[in-house]
Amino acid sequence: MTSVLQVRELRRSFGAVTAVDGVTFDIQPGEVVSIIGPNGSGKTSTLNLVSGVLSPDSGSIALAGRRIENATVEQIAEAGLARTFQNGRVFGTLTVAENVEVGAHSTLTALRPLRGLANVPVLRWISLLAELAVALLPTRAARSEQRRLRADVDQQIERFSARLGPRKSDPAYTLSYANRRRTEIARALAPQPLLLLLDEPTAGMNQTETAEVQRQLAALKAAGQTMLLVEHKLDLVMALSDRVLVMDDGAVIADGDPATVRRDPAVIEAYLGRRRERPARADRSDQSDRLEETESRVGETV
Amino acid sequence: MFDTLVAGLIHGNAYALVAVGISLIFGVTHVANFAHGSVFAIGSMTGWWLIAERGWPLWLAIVGVLVVTGVIGLVLNVVAVRPLSKAPPIAALLATVAAALILDNVAQLVFGARVRAFPPALPTNNLQLGGVRFGTSDLVMFGVTIAVMGALAAFLKFGRAGQAIRATAQDPEAALQMGIPVPRIQNLAFVIASALGGLAGVFVGMYTSNISPSSGAAAGLTAFVAATLGGLGSMVGAVLGGFVLGIAEAFGISFWGDGVRDLITFGVLIIVLVLRPGGLLGRSPTITTEPLTGTFNAVGRAIRLKRWQVWLAVAVAAVVIPLLADNYTLTVGSQVAIYAIVAVSMTLISGSAGQITLGQAGPIAVGAYTAAILTAINGWSFWPALLLAGVVSAVVATVLTAPAWRLRGHYVAIATLGIGTVCVAVIRNWDSLTRGAYGISGIPAPSLFGFQIDDAVGLYLLALVVLLITIAVISRIRSSHLGTVLSAVGSDEIAARSAGVRARDYKALAFSVSAFFAGIAGALLAQQYTYIDPTVFNLPMSLLALTIIVLGGMSSPVGAVLGSIVLVGLPELLRITPDVRIIAYGVLLLLILRFRPQGLWVRSAAKRTDPENLSPDGQEPPSEGDSSRLATTLQDDRPVGASS
Amino acid sequence: MTNTAPLLELSGIEVRYGAALALQDVSLTIRPGEIVSLLGGNASGKSTTMKTILGLVTPKAGTVALDGADITRLSTPKRIAAGIASVPEARRVFPQMTVAENLLTGAYTRRDRQQIAGDVERMYTHFPRLAQRRRQDAGTLSGGEQQMLAFARALMSKPRLICMDEPTMGLSPLFVDKVLDEIARLNAEFGIAVLMVEQQAELALSIAHRGYVLATGRLVLSGDAAELLANPAVQEAYLGRAG
Repeated sequence: MTSVLQVRELRRSFGAVTAVDGVTFDIQPGEVVSIIGPNGSGKTSTLNLVSGVLSPDSGSIALAGRRIENATVEQIAEAGLARTFQNGRVFGTLTVAENVEVGAHSTLTALRPLRGLANVPVLRWISLLAELAVALLPTRAARSEQRRLRADVDQQIERFSARLGPRKSDPAYTLSYANRRRTEIARALAPQPLLLLLDEPTAGMNQTETAEVQRQLAALKAAGQTMLLVEHKLDLVMALSDRVLVMDDGAVIADGDPATVRRDPAVIEAYLGRRRERPARADRSDQSDRLEETESRVGETV
Repeated sequence: MFDTLVAGLIHGNAYALVAVGISLIFGVTHVANFAHGSVFAIGSMTGWWLIAERGWPLWLAIVGVLVVTGVIGLVLNVVAVRPLSKAPPIAALLATVAAALILDNVAQLVFGARVRAFPPALPTNNLQLGGVRFGTSDLVMFGVTIAVMGALAAFLKFGRAGQAIRATAQDPEAALQMGIPVPRIQNLAFVIASALGGLAGVFVGMYTSNISPSSGAAAGLTAFVAATLGGLGSMVGAVLGGFVLGIAEAFGISFWGDGVRDLITFGVLIIVLVLRPGGLLGRSPTITTEPLTGTFNAVGRAIRLKRWQVWLAVAVAAVVIPLLADNYTLTVGSQVAIYAIVAVSMTLISGSAGQITLGQAGPIAVGAYTAAILTAINGWSFWPALLLAGVVSAVVATVLTAPAWRLRGHYVAIATLGIGTVCVAVIRNWDSLTRGAYGISGIPAPSLFGFQIDDAVGLYLLALVVLLITIAVISRIRSSHLGTVLSAVGSDEIAARSAGVRARDYKALAFSVSAFFAGIAGALLAQQYTYIDPTVFNLPMSLLALTIIVLGGMSSPVGAVLGSIVLVGLPELLRITPDVRIIAYGVLLLLILRFRPQGLWVRSAAKRTDPENLSPDGQEPPSEGDSSRLATTLQDDRPVGASS
Repeated sequence: MTNTAPLLELSGIEVRYGAALALQDVSLTIRPGEIVSLLGGNASGKSTTMKTILGLVTPKAGTVALDGADITRLSTPKRIAAGIASVPEARRVFPQMTVAENLLTGAYTRRDRQQIAGDVERMYTHFPRLAQRRRQDAGTLSGGEQQMLAFARALMSKPRLICMDEPTMGLSPLFVDKVLDEIARLNAEFGIAVLMVEQQAELALSIAHRGYVLATGRLVLSGDAAELLANPAVQEAYLGRAG
């Protein structure tokens, strides 16, 4: 079985800072893998390298066996990767339904005739003009694809029917932050991607909203969707992930199932060690015992 | 050879002075100040007036010019730029464009439009070196420029305010938190930059001896190219860019004649933007990441006409007006329709795809000349010529802008500006095909089924029919999947690309469609005028087209038609003279940007928001919370009561 | 320390972004020479409180007072001149200016040239790493060095209160300790009050005297650092669970 994603020795520097330093990992079909780590540890850079927003200095990335480390963002999307962004990026002037429709762009054929030429210099104009012609005078196939597209869009919005259903025709700039993020997830799912990248899908959400997103993602996982998740909220990560990668200073310092990662001494060292070294302020000797107790318990739970 | 180099250095000298100002302002306010050329021209004219009319000595006149242009710079910032500091940068860019229109035409009213002889303040031909004659004047110019540049560099490096300027340029928020009064520093940057521009105006006057209030646009553009060449925001780069450009031009002109100046200027620009988008010394990432798309007006919903309203409007336009109006009104009506064709098609590229284009006069000119040459010279019939005008215009514009679409923000605006200038420059220089500056006359009237369409009613109806077809085509595109994709590109290019949308290609397609219709409009314009020459297709024409759609709300075809009626029709009917009219455009554009950025005919959407916006998650940008770290988050798992 | 008059006092602050309420009835005091940490989860209003103190946002209601004088309507530069300094989030040193020039921008509100030069030298004595790099552009420094520069830059305005927005953010664990030690040292040696916004409550409270906890724009808890550390509600609030 080919891995959905295969990342080998990925490196990328910005000036003197090595943001991603020799990262290697695999994602198997149906797996949910999470990347955790402190700010500046290279999580988001890794995500941007995989999705083609950044290009690596060295290393390889393969999506379903196809090398993509030098491909453009658009080509990677067409190869079956979809993503969401850290603070949620929707098309503000488009309605919710139109946002989702754009998500399905890479799957269209009748509305984008001769799209095979889109990668060829100069000749790509043939495909562009063909697309223009179909927009003006839709062929029968184009009309039926348009209908199917509408149905697909409705189906995606159905996932969040309670929240997005009534706002289907509202422009996205009128949506609340949480609804924008839902729209973004619906858009990313529209092309039925091989791999879904989620960059902090619950950032800025409260507990109820986080729980709701968690349920949605669990349902997706149950349906077999392969996902790569970057997230700070550990209980979400632990509940959803098959595997967790821990990054620090650009490198993966632990990789394993959630329970193993929690016990990994390197993880505890990197994130919790310093708290044991730091005594509380002097004038509270009466509580120092309790603090030590607290810290040792945290050590246990991790 | 050597004298060409001297000529290049002297021009480069002036370009450098103007370009440093543009770069300084861009650095401190992140605004591409298109009014800078106008300040330069006012400097020229003020210098002429003070010396020739008032009899001031040169040094005193220079002081006077510095004061006048410095004050203009201050007013420019306070009135046009700073009020828009919270709006997206493109709004401030357009505001400086509006300010340029106002300044240029006020200068024409004050000083008169004609070319003046700049008085010879210093000897220009009294020295000789290596067979080249030059004058004290040239030496003084060089000396003063070097002294001024040195002083500016020292001020920025060591001066208290100079360091504050640099700090503000690098990080305005942090500068404010250090106690640096950022608005005052921005004023200072505008004053210094504008005074330098004024000084350059005097120098160019001393060198070329001929000056006019309308010289600003060309000088400003060239200096802009110089600043971009060096890397916007970099002072050293601006000086370097100025000299590189001055010398390249001087040699180009000595080989190919004066007409190639614009071609060289923008040729150099395009090459630099393709090879090194950040300029020679610029840091491209800081500039290219700016979200400078046209979505600043996304705060409203365009008016949609009901079906009966559409039919009523068409009936009035097609039946009532031809029956009731006199010939003059009908001619004005044709003008309105022709500009509406340009504007309606521009809503696709500037509205949907969010790319501000400042050079639509270029494709209009190409279309007009294609049709004129085919019908008047080659004897073609009108209809195939009309179609070909659109096609040629689209192809030329597409090829010329091809490198531009991978650029972002200011650079797209500058590149499209270049297209307008380059098209007209080629037309002016290609004498054998276009008859150059003489223009083409005797453009025949079209005929349909044997009937000549040569009266006002016929031409009006012709323009109206083409307009209706344009509206139908553009509306159809906008409502298709393609239209949705174009809007997605304009809304968020990164997100669109991540959905597999080839953003660059779609921007190019939207631009070619609008260039096609601009070409058609140009052909109609040629029929109307029966005589065209290159001066018709100037920068104000491009800006008028842009103002029309800004007024109409950028992405609304109906708004574009209404904008055309207000901006083209009303001034004609009220018989306002051209310079006053252009001042009015400028003022109107400023007022819209400041008070109604969503356009005049767009309902504000403020009242209609998602009720969930009031929930806590909408209160602050989520970035604050994004930094919660593993160590704290891990405590989620702590058994309840562990710490008590 | 508890009986001195407050250095800074916020009372009844309300801030709105458009229709959304960002801060509601927030009142807090900072006494001279005190380290106060401001805690809270996502979108709790910590940064907005900081911006209100610095004059970067204008409150709809309430007052900000420094030494008992109302500064609610004062511009940011005037507040800096009055003795409040800022160590912005993510440090924000001026990357293309040298270390020395960065220090001078910190002294922008001062006019005493001689003493400024002396203070620059004092900073070099205090932060020897910066002395080694004084001619180097700040953008070439490591994250920890930039944090030190941000501290030194803030000190150059001779403040009585320094506002620090997440000073440990994005630093490696080793440096986090150094930065916290440094804050405690600045406080002890220069007697400067510190208001510190932190995500990592336990770290912040380990050097603070007192703390305030914000949740969804309201103050929910306040007290001595030790009390807060012991309070289970703190855990909830700063993890964003209260909202």
